[in-house]
Amino acid sequence: MNEYNFAYLDEQTKRMIRRAILKGLAIPGYQVPFASREMPMPYGWGTGGVQVSAAVLTPEDRFKVIDQGADDTTNAVSIRSFFERTAGVETTTATAEATVIQTRHRIPEEPLSEGQILVYQVPIPEPLRFLEPRESETRKMHELEEYGLMHVKLYEDISRHGHIATSYAYPVKVEDRYVMDPSPIPKFDNPKLGDSDAIQLFGAGREQRIYALPPHTQVVSLDFDDHPFEASKADHPCALCGAVNTYLDEVITDDAGGRMFVCSDTDYCESRRAAGFTGAMTHTRPFSMAEQGQS
Amino acid sequence: MYVAVKGGERAIENAHAWLAEERRGDTGVAELNIAQIREQLSFAVNRVMAEGSLYDPDLAALAIKQSGGDLIEAIFLIRAYRTTLPRFGASEPIDTGTMACDRRISATFKDLPGGQVLGPTFDYTHRLLDFKLAADGAVPEAPMREVAPADVPHVTEFLNQEGLIEEAPRDDTEPPDLTREPLEMPAERALRLQALARSDEGFTLGLAYSTQRGYGRTHAFVGELRMGAVTVEMDIPELGFAVDIGEITLTECETVNQFKGSKTEPPQFTRGYGLVFGHSERKAISMSLVDRALRWEELGEDNVGAPAQDAEFVLYHADNIQATGFLEHIKLPHYVDFQAELELVRKLRAEAGATQMQEAAE
Repeated sequence: MNEYNFAYLDEQTKRMIRRAILKGLAIPGYQVPFASREMPMPYGWGTGGVQVSAAVLTPEDRFKVIDQGADDTTNAVSIRSFFERTAGVETTTATAEATVIQTRHRIPEEPLSEGQILVYQVPIPEPLRFLEPRESETRKMHELEEYGLMHVKLYEDISRHGHIATSYAYPVKVEDRYVMDPSPIPKFDNPKLGDSDAIQLFGAGREQRIYALPPHTQVVSLDFDDHPFEASKADHPCALCGAVNTYLDEVITDDAGGRMFVCSDTDYCESRRAAGFTGAMTHTRPFSMAEQGQS
Repeated sequence: MYVAVKGGERAIENAHAWLAEERRGDTGVAELNIAQIREQLSFAVNRVMAEGSLYDPDLAALAIKQSGGDLIEAIFLIRAYRTTLPRFGASEPIDTGTMACDRRISATFKDLPGGQVLGPTFDYTHRLLDFKLAADGAVPEAPMREVAPADVPHVTEFLNQEGLIEEAPRDDTEPPDLTREPLEMPAERALRLQALARSDEGFTLGLAYSTQRGYGRTHAFVGELRMGAVTVEMDIPELGFAVDIGEITLTECETVNQFKGSKTEPPQFTRGYGLVFGHSERKAISMSLVDRALRWEELGEDNVGAPAQDAEFVLYHADNIQATGFLEHIKLPHYVDFQAELELVRKLRAEAGATQMQEAAE
């Protein structure tokens, strides 16, 4: 693909995106409008993340792409091969070895370190969107720091269900100023957003917004004193590596209600297994619901 | 037995190979070539050029071939290609007053300078399947007559002379560029028109139709609909003057809308405007109706809450490439989020169950 520039986008476009990223880093949590380009993959399939990655990648980078925590989900494969073709950068599945990680819906389990960039694909960057559909209104609400509506919504959840009924894309407040959508990561991942050693960049292509969290930013999940935020996950250990502190996917194994829980972060799970950890499934005995219920 | 979902890469390659085979269909049937699509499916080509925002019939035909006739997919191919093209500059504004009209009709005047020219149209055809076409596509030559080139003035100018229609003064401010700047609200008319010119034909048609049925009624007459070729001129800085760089076919629609006046404007006719690449009347008329409906604020009309009056609603949802991408992305895996929802629903149900048990016990 020599007919395209390094990492597909032309340098002027990359410059425009980098400016938006820098502005985003300067005002953590603020949504910077940017002139999103049509990419050769559809809107809603990671065009924001792809543009941000294209703008930050250098030929020396090592690139990792995950979707749902896994390196081998189809869209992650597609985006990784796009940059292999257009940027010729080295790719990896190992979280620690990657310098740029593009993700959809998860933050890797392994803590990120200084020098790494985590790029999120964002479908709807506006945390207030489903409370107020008008962009002109929500921008005003951010300007005036008028977040009462969001608190009312969370309060109504509690009065109706006894809990805040948001399990992913759980809103956060950044440096005590902007309410931000962390992209549809499970709320289990929310605590990893704050005080990270890495740079976190959020790209929403269709909605033409970029926002960012510089390293060591204060990020607080919204809650109430008597209903504190809780990072929840399925109450099981991983059936493959035995991890008890990771986010799990539920996999249906048969048509009789059989199911198992495995790490959604495939790299994390594989490295644990390589280090000798085992779970219920990696024992020789067959796996059953009864056994799982005990765990 | 659980097998980790491996081999996504090979699955993707194989799926695409299969799709390529499906696209080609039965190899016993001759393959379409680009020229055939360009010449014989010109309305499809026009739509792809208009909504792809790129005037190139050959590339549009290629995109239609590659997409197997899925026009939104073809538009997507053109958009993705277009965005990689370097921009040398901007042309001079085209002058549709000098259009070499193949078709020019007015629904507001029986006859007028420049005449009513029906041109090539589906109008007044009887929509009867032509079974002869299935066997033999030969067409008799259409009758021809020499026409002296004449001025074809815009119909709205006649109304303007009487002061019966709102003024549309020339405005030389540089229009915003939707493809280079993020769409921000409120959007001025030039930006709205730009978005509508590339908006989905079906969506625009639906909105325009809704205004006719009373959701923000604007009482539109087709003052004029014209289709034909105009020259594109570009100022070459090295030369110091503008030169013709080519010719494009356009469809232009100007509606004349009844207007009883408002707090700020006297009773007069008002304008809606549509301009589309290629021969695309449905789109041009739809565009002008939606344009007019969106102008309620600047004309001091009431917002009756109709969808076609709502610029944010219209502009954020009119682009079919954005819409289809986001719509279809729900095919992508969402098991992480779904898992979080599963846990939440289980928890809420367990608690509701416990409360019921307790109530029963009491």
